[in-house]
Order: sequence, then structure tokens, then C-alpha cells
Amino acid sequence: MNSVAAIIEASQVSAPVAPQSAAPALIRASGVSKIYRMGDQTVRALDDVSLEIAKGDFVAIMGASGSGKSTMMNLIGALDRPTTGHLAIDGRDIATMSSDELADLRNGTIGFVFQQFNLLPRTPALNQVILPLLYAHPRPDDLEARAHHRLEQVGLGKRTDHLPSQLSGGQQQRVAIARALINNPKILLADEPTGALDTKTSEEIMKLFGELNAEGITVIIVTHEPDIADFARRKLVFRDGKIIDDTERAPLKAATAAKDRVL
Amino acid sequence: MTLFDSLAIAWTALRSNLLRSILTTLGIIIGVASVIILVSVGSGARVEVEKQIASLGSNMLVVFSGSSRGMGGRSAGAGTDLPIAEGDVAAIRDKVQGVIAISGQLNGSGPVVNGNTNWTTTLSGVHPDFATVRDWPVRAGRDFTPQDIRASAKVVILGQTAVKQLFQDEDPIGATIRVKSAPFQVIGVLAPKGQSAMGRDQDDVALIPMTTARGYIVGKSQVQSDQVGQLYIKFDNSTDLKDAQEQIETLLRQRRRIQPGAEDNFNVRNLAETMKARTEVLSTMTYLLAATSVISLIVGGIGIMNIMLVSVTERTREIGLRLAVGARQRDIMRQFLVEAVTLCLIGGLIGIALGVGAAAIVANAADWPVVISPAVIALAMAAAAGTGIVFGYFPARRASGLNPIEALRSE
Repeated sequence: MNSVAAIIEASQVSAPVAPQSAAPALIRASGVSKIYRMGDQTVRALDDVSLEIAKGDFVAIMGASGSGKSTMMNLIGALDRPTTGHLAIDGRDIATMSSDELADLRNGTIGFVFQQFNLLPRTPALNQVILPLLYAHPRPDDLEARAHHRLEQVGLGKRTDHLPSQLSGGQQQRVAIARALINNPKILLADEPTGALDTKTSEEIMKLFGELNAEGITVIIVTHEPDIADFARRKLVFRDGKIIDDTERAPLKAATAAKDRVL
Repeated sequence: MTLFDSLAIAWTALRSNLLRSILTTLGIIIGVASVIILVSVGSGARVEVEKQIASLGSNMLVVFSGSSRGMGGRSAGAGTDLPIAEGDVAAIRDKVQGVIAISGQLNGSGPVVNGNTNWTTTLSGVHPDFATVRDWPVRAGRDFTPQDIRASAKVVILGQTAVKQLFQDEDPIGATIRVKSAPFQVIGVLAPKGQSAMGRDQDDVALIPMTTARGYIVGKSQVQSDQVGQLYIKFDNSTDLKDAQEQIETLLRQRRRIQPGAEDNFNVRNLAETMKARTEVLSTMTYLLAATSVISLIVGGIGIMNIMLVSVTERTREIGLRLAVGARQRDIMRQFLVEAVTLCLIGGLIGIALGVGAAAIVANAADWPVVISPAVIALAMAAAAGTGIVFGYFPARRASGLNPIEALRSE
């Protein structure tokens, strides 16, 4: 943790610095294409994309709808396989993995956060957070203790038995983030995580992501809001299935929050 | 994912749609309940018939006079033709192979009086072999002896019901009672026998020697001097009853001088066989009816499948989420299978409770024998679970085959 924190701090002080040079690539895409067939038309959702994302990075993926950003996210989330090319996550090429192996990868390496939270109805927060552990191999024994810890981490330690209907939007998203964190993932993958939240709550959620990133988790956020993307250290812009912009710099926002935590 | 997790999820899902879950299981409830009622009532009837067959006595043929075949439109009823006589008894004993016991039974009825107690019962004149032929031992006192028959002794053996009516708790052996006004000595009491196939209480009887019955009790005018009523013949275990039946028929046709081609004026029957045939018809009916309730299970199963498909559609997003957080396809498959089986087992349990209850009501109200066997209950539960697996499979497969991306995107 110290070394990761040191790297992050170093990158913040002497920004812009390419994180790839300081840490091994956690995600490596080379010549990835994704082609959908719709009737007799073929849609090239991703067109020969190559990309590396380093461990500990904080990336925002941007682009208009239809730009290929969601397709990229689905591939990084191991929910789908590329049509051609190679995509390695944590050193393993998902193109060659079975659907069970992909499920285990999603379970242990990736934490998902969604725009609509996707909490289970009529289920208390603690059980929401436990859910991924039920599918873990091997399954840990201390399910509840872990879930408690994660809920405390996102500031909901006193609301473990609340149902989604008893929580505000921001609180629901915090439960979803605790759920994403429960299995100690290397990647936190968030799809428009603030799309259903007001500005103030959005900012709080993004600060939480900044804190988690400062602790070493690689955070990837898909968004079309530049305000939200400003929290990230690296910005990838997609258009027509290609990356048209890849900027790295010190994050404009949340740096203080992250720094406070690290120091 | 453990089975317990799957059960907990299934329970939550079913409870959140309680009314729908209950309505869905109605088909299963009705199917299971009707299987239990039909099989219980059916096997109760079969057990009853088997008991009656056993009470007839085993390896036995019955001979009675008259024709019941009704050919040519004329049938005067059994017993109106030339009666079976002592000569026939002797001839059958001597000439038919395998006979170990033979006894007539000449029936009448009349009042039996012990002191102030009066009871009208069946009076049966019998031979000393009667107890052996009918597998109906004398429980207390003694049986008739050949001497009793020769001397037309005024002795009587009472059935259980007659004893209860005449003596209550007293010891009847040695007592003198009046049978049709004449004094008779009670020499024995029969073991209990139960109801006959026709529902008559066989224990309501007073047995007296054949000769006494013929000369005295039944009424001289109606009785040919050596008739024996109907004739029960018991054979040893190695005798083929079909063979024996043919031998008796041939013998009696000779003795009665019946022309070839003419009808018999007597009947030789294997009552146990007749009853067995009736039991088989009964079982066939039971299983046919049970089969129709299987149709109800199938219809119920289709209902389950329908509602599970609805459930899969409604919960597509939830399935997408589960896949995203690491559920394998077989986890999803198992979750929905467990849900369908749980639904069916709950229906099965309710159906068993209703079925057993209804069978008990039938047993009480209609006085119909009912046998509720654990095997039938186990079978009904297995059928319910099987229905869940068969009809839950397709929806579960559909759920587990969902594309996680599309599932997450669905509304």
C-alpha cells in the first residue's frame, strides 16, 4: 500500500507522468475490434483499439452515445469478448477464457458500479454487499464482518439493515460501491455512476472514488459529463469506435481529498 | 453459492409475490391432493376385499344348486333346482382328488333365547368339517363330532355377535339356550370372522349339526330329507382348483343324469377367484383415476413454467447483476430450479395435507375403508418435486443463458 501511495503521490507532484512507466499494465488491449451483426448490417462498435491502463490509475472514458465507450467498458468488465484482437485483464486474455472463468474474473478482480445502482429489491444493505461473496470460489466464512467493514468504509456503518427504499440515491450508490469493493477487486468499473444523482451527491461519490483510488484500486469511470471526468487522472475519448484523445494530467478535482487520506 | 443460499433467495422471491405464488401452486395442490385421495380410498377398498377373500377360507370351492347362468331367459334363482344332497357329499369326498375337508351349510333363521334375552340370528346346519373348510376355528369349548351329526344332537356353537347379544360377559359354554323353542346346549364359541363380501355380519350365527337342522330347525316341509344346502370343499395345497372344479362338475352331471349339451342345474364356484377379479377391476379403476390426477399435475406444472418465465422476464436486471458480480451460469440455473421446486414442494405439502384430510373425511363420513400409506405420500412429494424440475428447467435455462450486458440494460 505504501509503495502504491508513493507512486500516486509522485505522479501528482510531477504531473503529467505516464503511470504505465511506473507500474505494470493491469489492462492491455491490442487491436481489439468488436463487430455486431444487426440483420444484414454489421456495426463496428470498436475498431482496432489498442490501450494500456496501469495498476492504480484513475481513468475516465468519455464519448457520445454510439462512440464505443460502453462496448469498451463491457470488454474491460469481462462481460463480453472481443471479435478480434486481444484483451488481457490482470495478465489473462479474456478471448480465451470460458464463461465460468470470466464469471470468476468478474467476481474476484472487477467491481461494478452502475448508473441505476442495481440493488436487489427488498434486500437489506448488508445482504446487498454480501451478494458477490456468495458466488466466490472459495467462499469466505466472514461474510457479514467483511460487509460491515465495507459499509463503514463508504460511510453507511449505521444503515446495514436499511432497505433500498429507505435510502437516498447517494446512499444507495454507496451501498453499490461497498458491494463492488467486497471482494477486494483490482479494478473498480463504474458506468455513469453519477447519472442518477444531483450535483452535490455526485461530487461526494466522485470524492469517494478518489479516496479509493488513493488506496490503490484502479478506477475506471465511463461518463459523458466533463465535470465528472475532471476527477480522473487520465481521460480517454472515444468516437466511432476509436480513441481520439488520451490525455493524462493531475486530476483537477478531488486531489485534496485523496491527498489528505494518503498523507 | 450453496443450496441454502439458493433456498433463501427462492423464499424471498416467492414471498414477495405471495398471492401469485399461491395461485400458481393451485394446480399442484389439486393434483397431489387428488392422487392421495384416490390412491388411499382405492387401496383401502382393496385391502377390505382382500380381507374378505381371506375370511372365505383358502383353496376352497363352493357348490350350490340351481342355475345362475340365465340362459333361455329363465332363471329361477340359486337353490330352487334339485338340491345338493348327502349322497353328493359322499361322492365328492370319495372320488375327487385332494379333498381335505367338506361341509354343507344349510341356512335358516330364527329366535335364540337365553333366559330373558331374545335374539334372532342365522341358524346354520353344518358338518363337523365346517371349521376346517372355512378356516374358522372354534375358539372356546369344542367342535361338533361325527357322533353329534349321527344323533342329531341338540348342541349349538355360537358366533361372536350371537354370544355378545345373548350372554354379554357370562361364560356361554355349557349353558342351555332355546333355539326355536327347543333347548340346546352351547358347546363352543367361534373365533371372530368379520363382515362377508356382501357386508353381512358373519359372526351373527348359531351353528347346529346338519342333521339337527334338517330334521328340526329349518322346517321339514321345505327340506328334502338329505339336502345339505351349499357345499364348501377345501383342497390340499397341491390341488389345481380348476382341475378339481371340472372333476366335481363331471361327477355331479353323472349323478344328476344331465344329458350332454344340457345346462348344469348346479354351480361350482371359486369365490376367491371371483373376488380377486373384482379387486383387479377396482385397482385398475384406482390407477386410471390416479392417472387423471397426473394430468392435473401436468397442467399445474405448465402453470409453474408460465409463472417462472414471467419471473425470469421481470427479474432480468437482477439476473444481469448477479452475472456481473460473478454468478456462473449454473448458479443462475440452480437458483431458478430451486425456486420452481420450492414452489412445487410447498404445493405438494399443502396438497398432501388436503388429500389426507379429505381421505380421513371420506373414511369417517362414508364409512369407507381408507389406507393412507407413507409410500403414496412419498410418491406424491416426488411427483411434485419432479414437476418442479421438469417444468422449471426451461425457464431456468432461459435465465442462465441471458446475456449479462443485455440483461443489465433491460428495464
